[in-house]
Amino acid sequence: MLDTTRRVATPEGIELTLRLAGPVPRALAWSVDFLLRAALVLLVGMLASRLGKAGWGVILIVAFFVEWLLPAWFETAWGGQTPGKRLFRLVVLNDDGTPVRWPGALTRNLLRAADFLPFLYGVGLLSMLMNRDFKRLGDLAAGTVVVYQGEKAEAARAIPQAAPQPPPLSLSPEEQRAVLELAERSSTFTRERFEELAELPTPLVGRAVREAATNRILGIANYLAGRQ
Amino acid sequence: MKQMPFEAAHAREWDEFEAFLDKKKSFDPAEMPARFRRISQSLALAAERHYSADLVDRLNRLALRGHHALYANQRRESQQILDFVLAGFPRLVREEWRLVLAAALLFFGPLLLLIAVLQAFPDFVHYLLSPQQIASFHEMYDPANRRLGMREADTSMAMFGFYIWNNVRIGFQTFAGGLAAGVGSAYFLGANGVIIGAVAGYLTQVGYTETFWSFVAGHSSLELLAIVLSGAAGFKLGMAVIAPGNRSRRAALVAAARPAVRIMYGAAIMFFGAAFVEAFWSPITEIPFTAKIAVGSAGWVLLLAYFLFAGRAHASR
Repeated sequence: MLDTTRRVATPEGIELTLRLAGPVPRALAWSVDFLLRAALVLLVGMLASRLGKAGWGVILIVAFFVEWLLPAWFETAWGGQTPGKRLFRLVVLNDDGTPVRWPGALTRNLLRAADFLPFLYGVGLLSMLMNRDFKRLGDLAAGTVVVYQGEKAEAARAIPQAAPQPPPLSLSPEEQRAVLELAERSSTFTRERFEELAELPTPLVGRAVREAATNRILGIANYLAGRQ
Repeated sequence: MKQMPFEAAHAREWDEFEAFLDKKKSFDPAEMPARFRRISQSLALAAERHYSADLVDRLNRLALRGHHALYANQRRESQQILDFVLAGFPRLVREEWRLVLAAALLFFGPLLLLIAVLQAFPDFVHYLLSPQQIASFHEMYDPANRRLGMREADTSMAMFGFYIWNNVRIGFQTFAGGLAAGVGSAYFLGANGVIIGAVAGYLTQVGYTETFWSFVAGHSSLELLAIVLSGAAGFKLGMAVIAPGNRSRRAALVAAARPAVRIMYGAAIMFFGAAFVEAFWSPITEIPFTAKIAVGSAGWVLLLAYFLFAGRAHASR
């Protein structure tokens, strides 16, 4: 519910939900990619130094391809991921949710030159903050989005056991999700904080306080999780 | 139908679908589209009936991955590349002739003007180039050199790498600068025109005519036109930002990026060709001046003919 999502309609008449990735994970993924690129060029440099002057030519050619084309190649060949993106479970997709292909990947990578200005992606960050989909300029022009990769098999939700009880009113999917996620995270709060939070949704817990409120929330969560 | 029976009824199908996506052969690939449609239907039903968020999430995940698997088409692209080089690229350049013309004027205007001005007012060069730059150009084009356009110690291979790294990067910058309403492209075009014009005008004026022009003649057509086309591609983006027409700016930009990047494919190929010629042909002094100028002129004629005429036969199809 709190995630930034983008809904995409497919020809099959359904809506897929993409979870958009914000500037921070993308910056981290970029840093990893940058270090890998630098390491690769350095490695080639060490090997090429045996060639003497001609080695410089090899290094510069490799540096060119690594800087401009390698990320685009990865994004096409690895289903929208560079090594850094894979590490942080990010994927580049076309706006319609299909895998990115050469034209899109190349467009967004060539336009990094514009996003990088004035230094370290200043323009790109500004652009990401100015539209709903966290798109930098390259993404805008290429029609691509960077999203979180759907986890393959999500671990069973760690919702504390409680006697399932139906919610007193019908909940929308977003509301259901909020309850489930609150219950899931309950173990990460202090008991007092969880009680405070559980007392807030009065339509669900009524005037119950403390222990009673948390039990009620957990019961509803258990019910929603299908343990009825 | 309650959620539990719904899940029970479809569990096997969903598991099989998931296994298929994990590259296990759980069913015949020919069934994939039909199965994907059934997954889609399950997702729509589950969302509509307000089944638990977990279930909807799982189906969404399955549908998303199925969507990727189904729509990731792998067309053979070698034929397309050949088509692009022989017909698509020159046709695209002709289609955008207004932008190409604008870029050419911005680039060749200052270039030619400076060559002319520097013949009459040689001292003007000091406004444009630093003394160090002038000294290094003197070194590179000294008629006593055995190899031109480079310092004695450099090898052709090193220069090839340098030209690719440097020139193609300039091209890409010129292109990307177009996003700033075309201003960046205009700047890079003008700035490069000024520098190249200043060097050419100055070296001609000091009498390095033969060395300088025999060096640049070979690769000039490819390299200079590639810069112009990079600028034109940048303007294509810039125009989408300035005058998106009856689309939103974002939609106009996406639509403009497609042809613009296709122009950049062609420009990048030209830059590579130019770098190769510049590294391995242009520095050679054993070939007489007239031959090098003839080859250079032939390059211009061929390249212009290519952009004017190539791919016209296809256009009627």
